Amino acid sequence: MPEPLLSVRNLITEFDTDEGRVRAVDDISFSIDAGQTLGIVGESGCGKSVTAQSIMRLLPQPMGQINGGQIVFQGQDLVTLGLDHMQKIRGARIGMVFQEPMTALNPVHTIGRQLTEVILLHKKVSKDQAIREAVHMLDRVGIPAPDIRMTEYPHQLSGGMRQRVVIAMALVCQPALLIADEPTTALDVTIQAQILELIKELQAEMGMAVMLITHDLGVIAETSSSVVVMYAGKVVESGSVFDIFDRPTHPYTRGLLESIPRLDTPQKARLQIIPGMVPGLLDLPRGCRFENRCRFRQDHCTTAHPPTEMVETGHDVACYEWRTVVQHEVGTGGDSSRFKLSAIA
Amino acid sequence: MTSVLETTTISPLLQVRDLKMHFPVKEGVFMRTGKYNKAVDGVSFDIMPGETLGLVGESGCGKSTLGRCIARLYQPTAGEIVFDGTDISRLGRKALMPFRRDIQMIFQDPMESLNSRHTVGEILEEPFIVQKIGNRISRQQRVRELLDVVGLPARSVTRYPFEFSGGQRQRIGIARSIALNPRLIICDEPVSALDVSIQSQILNLLVDLQKEFHLSYLFIAHDLAVVKHISDRIAIMYLGKVVETGLGESIYRTARHPYTQSLISAIPVPDPHRKSQRQVLSGDVPSPINPPAGCTFHTRCPKVMDICRTVPPLLTTDGQPVACHLYPGSTP
Repeated sequence: MPEPLLSVRNLITEFDTDEGRVRAVDDISFSIDAGQTLGIVGESGCGKSVTAQSIMRLLPQPMGQINGGQIVFQGQDLVTLGLDHMQKIRGARIGMVFQEPMTALNPVHTIGRQLTEVILLHKKVSKDQAIREAVHMLDRVGIPAPDIRMTEYPHQLSGGMRQRVVIAMALVCQPALLIADEPTTALDVTIQAQILELIKELQAEMGMAVMLITHDLGVIAETSSSVVVMYAGKVVESGSVFDIFDRPTHPYTRGLLESIPRLDTPQKARLQIIPGMVPGLLDLPRGCRFENRCRFRQDHCTTAHPPTEMVETGHDVACYEWRTVVQHEVGTGGDSSRFKLSAIA
Repeated sequence: MTSVLETTTISPLLQVRDLKMHFPVKEGVFMRTGKYNKAVDGVSFDIMPGETLGLVGESGCGKSTLGRCIARLYQPTAGEIVFDGTDISRLGRKALMPFRRDIQMIFQDPMESLNSRHTVGEILEEPFIVQKIGNRISRQQRVRELLDVVGLPARSVTRYPFEFSGGQRQRIGIARSIALNPRLIICDEPVSALDVSIQSQILNLLVDLQKEFHLSYLFIAHDLAVVKHISDRIAIMYLGKVVETGLGESIYRTARHPYTQSLISAIPVPDPHRKSQRQVLSGDVPSPINPPAGCTFHTRCPKVMDICRTVPPLLTTDGQPVACHLYPGSTP
């Protein structure tokens, strides 16, 4: 079996805050194969963005630090890599797209200057060549009149166009991995559709792997081949996109899938809810982090965090009660016909 | 069904007629008004008692401005807002007072719409003080009832907004909006800032409150799935105009306007088995300061015809009104 492109093993990332040290990412592991799209889904505060920042070694300094585990990318452990080496990987072999394109772009420099800067930093080319490559890249991400746009500033572009520029910057060095952290959350739905199509097209063309971080299960279902579900700093379930959507095994994954209004649910029907809210990182429960909101809770759930168990090859879950969970039909009380669970049980 | 409606005459709670809100755009060194931002440009609709009208559109389409005009946070440029038989579009501050009780608003970001220096008790008591209702004791009793109705503990009274999570803060905002027994609540993106698992809690609460207090909602959001879930009827807005209205189910199943169709196809569906048959719209929403001539959607429309570039379409008068030259009755 070939080595995965990126393999995160037992990663622990902590932050020093006024109230003490919090563990934003707690012992998580997952991997991405070359050319694959991995979706990381979870709600705010679950640690999905911190995971991305850890991989890029862009944690807020000096508060954030990686205090355990490995991040192996193309055979190199990024955790122990010197910052100068890291700089050569960032932007060249791993590209990154953030949620808010305006913060990722420098408002006082032209688009052209920012794009050529990336090229000149990572490639040994002349300035003219860099400009040609930049124009070509803007054209590929679908920006009309790219040579004119080169001379413009970020504020002169619309939100969707800015996100295209950020994608152009992330991809101009043809990275092996693109990390996209909520790339479409700030955009309108018709623009979101454009950007997702664009990422898909470029991925097919350039053969890169994509790690897509989002809270939107719809985006995950349409783009990802594998999914990692995070909750309060832990990976609670991972598997293929079909494992997660057809055979959700963790009570939290099920709760998420059941609670979203869909276009095909009856109007004003009661939505399933997950009671309560995400625990704060400062007072996490001792046992399973989802324990206080879980309808399958047993006494042992409150004592220690459940180990990761295999449901099927490639489908893992961290829940003591998963065997009970899978016996319940998904969406009991709601419209359950969408789900087919017969495959396991 | 129709006979019941004909015999019992229910009149609409709210009738909006040809409403316009044009903001002046100041330009140049002398800050002269040269152009107008036509945020809302001739919108008409009705809301019946106990009904939810969903208003959907992308950012900049004027949906929030429309909501604020109806709540009379803005003075509209032209048109009528008839609430329970009275046109409130031109009323002054004093004359509006009684209507402020009847029309309330819930905002997207409760952190910004709740005064961070007031306790929850003070925030919820304020509407009664402004309207000079009750004494201290009866007001505080009512505040406790309100907290109970929206599912917050009674001890919240002495706490400040920052001590609550996003979902709880939205409950405070909702409690304030229902304090004076309103008849219409304008919900402006009330769940967009919330996490998925909290969003469903708030949507259920809004549906419960509507049943219990017979409220009408104008529910403004960009998420069509959320809007369809909560609304009886839906109006789709594009660049300051309503392009299509109809029952939630029929808008989704048989969308008529090309914009509605592409809006629905653009929504990512949480089902990995579904093959995407997406019509991706090209380009961005044009500026409302200088909207395209004719049909304002013609610059992005996949079915554009010659007439669309010059003649603005009218809303048809059939069961599912649509403003598009593809349909007879839309071309003047």
